[in-house]
Amino acid sequence: MVKFTINGEAKSVEADPAMPILWAVREQLGLNGTKFGCGAALCGACTVHLDGQPVRSCSTPIGEAEGRAITTIEGIAGPEGELTKVQQAWISEQVPQCGYCQSGQIMAATALLRDNPRPSDADIDAAMAGNICRCGTYVRIRHAIKVAAGIEPARAAPGAAPLSGGAKA
Amino acid sequence: MNDMAKPPRSRAAKWTRRGFIGAGALAGGALIVGVAVRPGNPVGKLGPIVAGGEGEQLVNSWVKIGADNVVTAIVPHCEMGQGAHSVLAQMLADELDADWSLVRVMQAPADGNYVVTDTARGFVAPGTLDAPDWLEPTWNGLFTKISQLGDVMITGGSSSIRTTGQRTMRIAGAAARQMLIAAAAREWGVAAAEIVTANSTLSHQASGKSAPYAQFAAAAAEEDMPQTPALKAPKDYRLMGTDAPRTDIPEKVTGAAQFGIDATVPGQKLTYAAVRKVPVPGTRIASMKADVAKTMPGVLQILNMGDFLAVVADSYWQAQQALNTVEAEYTRSESAIRSTADQFAAFAAALDQAGDQGGKELVGKGDVAGALSVSAKTFTAEYRAPYLAHAPLEPMNATVWVRDGKCEIWTSTQVPLMARSAAAKAIGLSADDVTMHQPTLGGGFGRRLESDYVVMAARIGLATGYPVKMIWSREEDTQKGLFRCADLSRFTGGIDAKGRLVAWNNVFTQHNDPAEACDAPFYDVPHKSIRVAEAELHLPFAAFRSVDHSQQAFFVECFIDEAAHAAGRDPVEFRLAMLGNSPRHKAVLEKVAAMSGWGTKPAAGRGRGVALVQSFGTIVAEVVEVDMSQGKPRLTQVWCAADPGFAMNPDGFRNQMEGGIVFGLTAALHGEITLKDGAVEQGNFNDYPMLRIDECPPIAVEIINADPVHLGGAGEPGLPPIAPALANAIFAASGKRIRELPIAKHFA
Repeated sequence: MVKFTINGEAKSVEADPAMPILWAVREQLGLNGTKFGCGAALCGACTVHLDGQPVRSCSTPIGEAEGRAITTIEGIAGPEGELTKVQQAWISEQVPQCGYCQSGQIMAATALLRDNPRPSDADIDAAMAGNICRCGTYVRIRHAIKVAAGIEPARAAPGAAPLSGGAKA
Repeated sequence: MNDMAKPPRSRAAKWTRRGFIGAGALAGGALIVGVAVRPGNPVGKLGPIVAGGEGEQLVNSWVKIGADNVVTAIVPHCEMGQGAHSVLAQMLADELDADWSLVRVMQAPADGNYVVTDTARGFVAPGTLDAPDWLEPTWNGLFTKISQLGDVMITGGSSSIRTTGQRTMRIAGAAARQMLIAAAAREWGVAAAEIVTANSTLSHQASGKSAPYAQFAAAAAEEDMPQTPALKAPKDYRLMGTDAPRTDIPEKVTGAAQFGIDATVPGQKLTYAAVRKVPVPGTRIASMKADVAKTMPGVLQILNMGDFLAVVADSYWQAQQALNTVEAEYTRSESAIRSTADQFAAFAAALDQAGDQGGKELVGKGDVAGALSVSAKTFTAEYRAPYLAHAPLEPMNATVWVRDGKCEIWTSTQVPLMARSAAAKAIGLSADDVTMHQPTLGGGFGRRLESDYVVMAARIGLATGYPVKMIWSREEDTQKGLFRCADLSRFTGGIDAKGRLVAWNNVFTQHNDPAEACDAPFYDVPHKSIRVAEAELHLPFAAFRSVDHSQQAFFVECFIDEAAHAAGRDPVEFRLAMLGNSPRHKAVLEKVAAMSGWGTKPAAGRGRGVALVQSFGTIVAEVVEVDMSQGKPRLTQVWCAADPGFAMNPDGFRNQMEGGIVFGLTAALHGEITLKDGAVEQGNFNDYPMLRIDECPPIAVEIINADPVHLGGAGEPGLPPIAPALANAIFAASGKRIRELPIAKHFA
């Protein structure tokens, strides 16, 4: 039995302590937002926070989470589901394509901006180079991080002029 | 769901220019409208399948309107990041004058009635989209038959918007709007022509009457179907041509989006399968030793399926750990090709045998041999492209439950009907006994046009009888799938005394789709011979993003660049001079030259390269600036100008150009699958690297809307020009001519 908190809730799982956090979170806790991409800490799709630090959950044993706090993509929004600045920027700049890597991208960007509220391009490169986007949304990821940081303006509500409304709620 | 049992009331179908419109009402006052491409009203059968909440009105089998005034577009294509779901809904919503904030998208079920006939027309007989009216019924019947026989419910070929969007979604939206107007006119006792629609609301100014669509949804189902619903002219577009935000993005930033790998089986405990296919194509498992695996925790079954091993366990991690301990021996491959060198030797032998004139002629024009013999200057070049794996970030996976002669499948696929048929055949069921569930795709890129992994999962499911989720490891995904072909291509060029390219002689070994990818007919070159001399491929082939354009554009646009340098001319000026009969191509090239400041001198150590390609109906020119001052290429900027005819969603189109460029840069710089002892050598992102953010240059994209009637695609056309533009930039900066991909290996 491994005990930890996840997204603020105390939980425990019956699992081999060697099982990666990724599979415990997905299969036993039903939190599917964290994705399997490579199984070898090479792509970042599985990024979660462990005590606030981004880790590759595919290669971090659940045993290491004993007594610690895990945060997944499902746990970063506010109590009423208010999206974070990073999530809002991902929407306003229309970042995702297939979206499979974006949980990991957002977790990495969230950790970056918490530690470094005004990152340079080099800082962004250093923090985000572990996260592969096969669809190729890097230009928008970089821009959205700067929008979330207030370094670059968000673009006007997309298509606002000819439209009657925004994105679906 | 109480209306599921009750078929909708439905009206007889009426003929339109492009197809048959049918409509009906669902219990609870919902309206559905459909466009079919053959006689017969599809609504009665399809209504129950797509019915949802209480009070929904199915306006046609492509659009339904609910009591909450929500318009749902039912889309027969998958969403894999290309944005088609949202843009198809945008096209329907524009014709319907719907409120975009009240528009939702529903994946059409994998049902023979949702075959994408217009896509089939595009694939089977390009050009027939514009058949004369009198021929339409015949063509439509024929292509529907072809589509149904071939299970054509495909997302590929950068085709959704220009086929299904233009031919089906817009007509459905326009027909539904006219029926709503007719119903309101009857109720209000006013002329239909006086009713105005906007934001999902009907209004009549003189009487002051106004109502949401939902109020007339049921009545609309009783109206006569418009025989030829009027479609908007571009000047009247309200949503088409705007950056309407994508409907699928919000759930992709919260982790809520459901991908194939996230499938659950309602009410059932899932088990997990890890798999290992034979390492060399065409071989079999000779023996298996699984003594250790049998004793490992969580292991439920160990299966020798002949062509692959599977371990089923309580968790995927346990299954993979156990599989890692299974030892196997394999039969010997009969292929003579054991190494990458063997593969390219086979290509070279085929080209040697073809010589200057042999092979099957694909393009023939003028007298190439004669023109070469009188050319002022001739040059030769041989280009080489490696095998590539698609590497979508969501590895191949499928969840299946086979029981009582039925099968349910949850999987990410670009071909739900083909996958259904293939799975059914593999486990001895009829396709009707297999139900497909279609979650969103974590990347497709052509890999998910193949159903091999779905068949494997179905076979495992037949063996277990309980629900099982099969997931490939990244290593399996890199090594055991299907591949972009490797190829070798040889050119001879002839330049006349005025520095013009007058002779183009080319032969290569792999010819797939699109058939015209090897040519660039927009360039005015008087003597041309393009031939294929086929050679065996060791690895199985699957269409890769942009298919043959992915290698042919590198060959052709590097050849054109070499011709410009052989002629001593500027690469842009040289190309422009050959575009006298192709004004749209000329405009695109001029645009990218202006964007990139082509005439200005780059900083020391830097150089710019250009390429111009037409693919999937879209003309794209790209310029790369590369910095070679550190001895290896560092991209400083990419500029892209594109003419898709008309970009239905400009921001979505730009996103696809950016994505195509990055995907193409991964292939150009790093992508290479090699063979050793008949097996793929690479396994994961350490030895099959992807472009990452620190290597990704800024990308500027501009769009030219030159023809709003004949649309081009978006998903693929950004890719082909980037490899040649980069290779040409490296030559401009350093004098080093790259003729073999990937580029990084030349600077290791």
